Amino acid sequence: MNETLYYSLVIAGVLITLLTIAAGNIYIERRLLSVWQDRLGPNRVGPFGLLQVVADIIKIFTKEDWIPRFADRVVFVLAPAIILITILITFAIIPFSPDIVVADLNIGLLFFLGLSSLGAYSLVLGGWASNNKYSLLGAMRGAAQMLSYEVFMGLSLMGVVMMTGSFSMVDIVEAQKNVWFVIPQFAGFVIFLIAGLAESHRIPFDIPESESELIAGFHSEYSGMKFGMFFVGEYLAITLISALVTTLFFGGWLGPDFLPPLAWFTIKVFAFIAFIILLRAALPRPRYDQLLGFGWKILLPLSLINILVTGAILLSK
Amino acid sequence: MDLITIAFYFFSALTIVFGAVVVFTKNIMHAAFSLLFAFFGIAGLYVLLSADFLAITQIMIYIGGILVLIIFGVMLTTRITGVDVKTGKIGKIQIGIAGLLTVLIAATLIMIFSTSKWYLADSKPLDSTVNEIGTALLTNYLLAFEAASMLLLIAIVGAAFIARKKH
Repeated sequence: MNETLYYSLVIAGVLITLLTIAAGNIYIERRLLSVWQDRLGPNRVGPFGLLQVVADIIKIFTKEDWIPRFADRVVFVLAPAIILITILITFAIIPFSPDIVVADLNIGLLFFLGLSSLGAYSLVLGGWASNNKYSLLGAMRGAAQMLSYEVFMGLSLMGVVMMTGSFSMVDIVEAQKNVWFVIPQFAGFVIFLIAGLAESHRIPFDIPESESELIAGFHSEYSGMKFGMFFVGEYLAITLISALVTTLFFGGWLGPDFLPPLAWFTIKVFAFIAFIILLRAALPRPRYDQLLGFGWKILLPLSLINILVTGAILLSK
Repeated sequence: MDLITIAFYFFSALTIVFGAVVVFTKNIMHAAFSLLFAFFGIAGLYVLLSADFLAITQIMIYIGGILVLIIFGVMLTTRITGVDVKTGKIGKIQIGIAGLLTVLIAATLIMIFSTSKWYLADSKPLDSTVNEIGTALLTNYLLAFEAASMLLLIAIVGAAFIARKKH
């Protein structure tokens, strides 16, 4: 097949699938949360309530899109787009199967780390442009949280990179043919998962939002589709974290032959999405200083020790 | 014009235009925000020079670290304490000196640009530079590498010391 056409198809396919998954996640989350909280959840619109998401999308698109008079217009409009764009671009490096990867970069993993640091701008600028004290507090908490957890996120992945000897995501998956990295790099996996949750500011780490104290924090002033973009960005972020955990620690598309590689990848990703939703149902939100203290005092030394031990073992081989 | 030339002019224009916004805007927050795009343009130029590692480091350190800290600092001072941080007016003497320096630097640059011979390197396929940079840093340039890390360590300890002094 013509190579340009093939890549165009891959890009379009990945984009459409991702946006569908992001919308589907909303349904999955609401239903799973209801199961765990002993209620039914959305079950009236369409079969099993599946069309509830469609109804929600139509509603959010037709809502009044209000920009506060006291807001900084340009920055206010740009902020929600940043989070959506950076997360969507990051998916370019994820190998969905041996054939389906938008760009197998030599520096794939670094590309992800670089772009994930951009996500902080969305919060900071959104909160600042709203010109609202609660939003500003949320934005500052978000900046401190994301800046700190970026550090541990990068460090936790270095063990994987050292064992593979490459930053390319395809190489990392192929290096896991014998044993998935979750076994030799268990500490790295746990730190990455925690840091990933903090980066996507999901409950339990939704401190920038914390509606009970900050009234939805950085996006208090947002309405209509701009709020929708923050919302979709959050669901894309948990999909991204799940996809990365799968690729880096759980062998990506690898699995027994009776299912195609893409199916294995999808199963693993959805298992992690469900796990993250379970965390939301199960855990309370920590206090702000507890979160940062935990990061700098426990996760940072742990990830440094992890790198040291991995390096020592690799050298002695 | 091929695609690389177009990309070069795009990234150059991005860097220069947003760099100009940084200098000329009155709103210091907008200046910080424009710096984001200027850094992006520079990262793009690094990619065009086949320096992939340098480009992503540019994004991670300058955009992901330093610029967030700048915005953080500006945000804390303007909106919470109520102090209006704007770029101040400058006097005539300052403008004169700055103008003189600018003309001098521009003249030097233009002179260098027009007198030196520009060799075009053969454009090689994009190879990963991570390995080479890592090897070079830990062999030939080990002393500089260690000195830089010592400097950063001293800076961290110093910052922590200053932050703790009040308690």
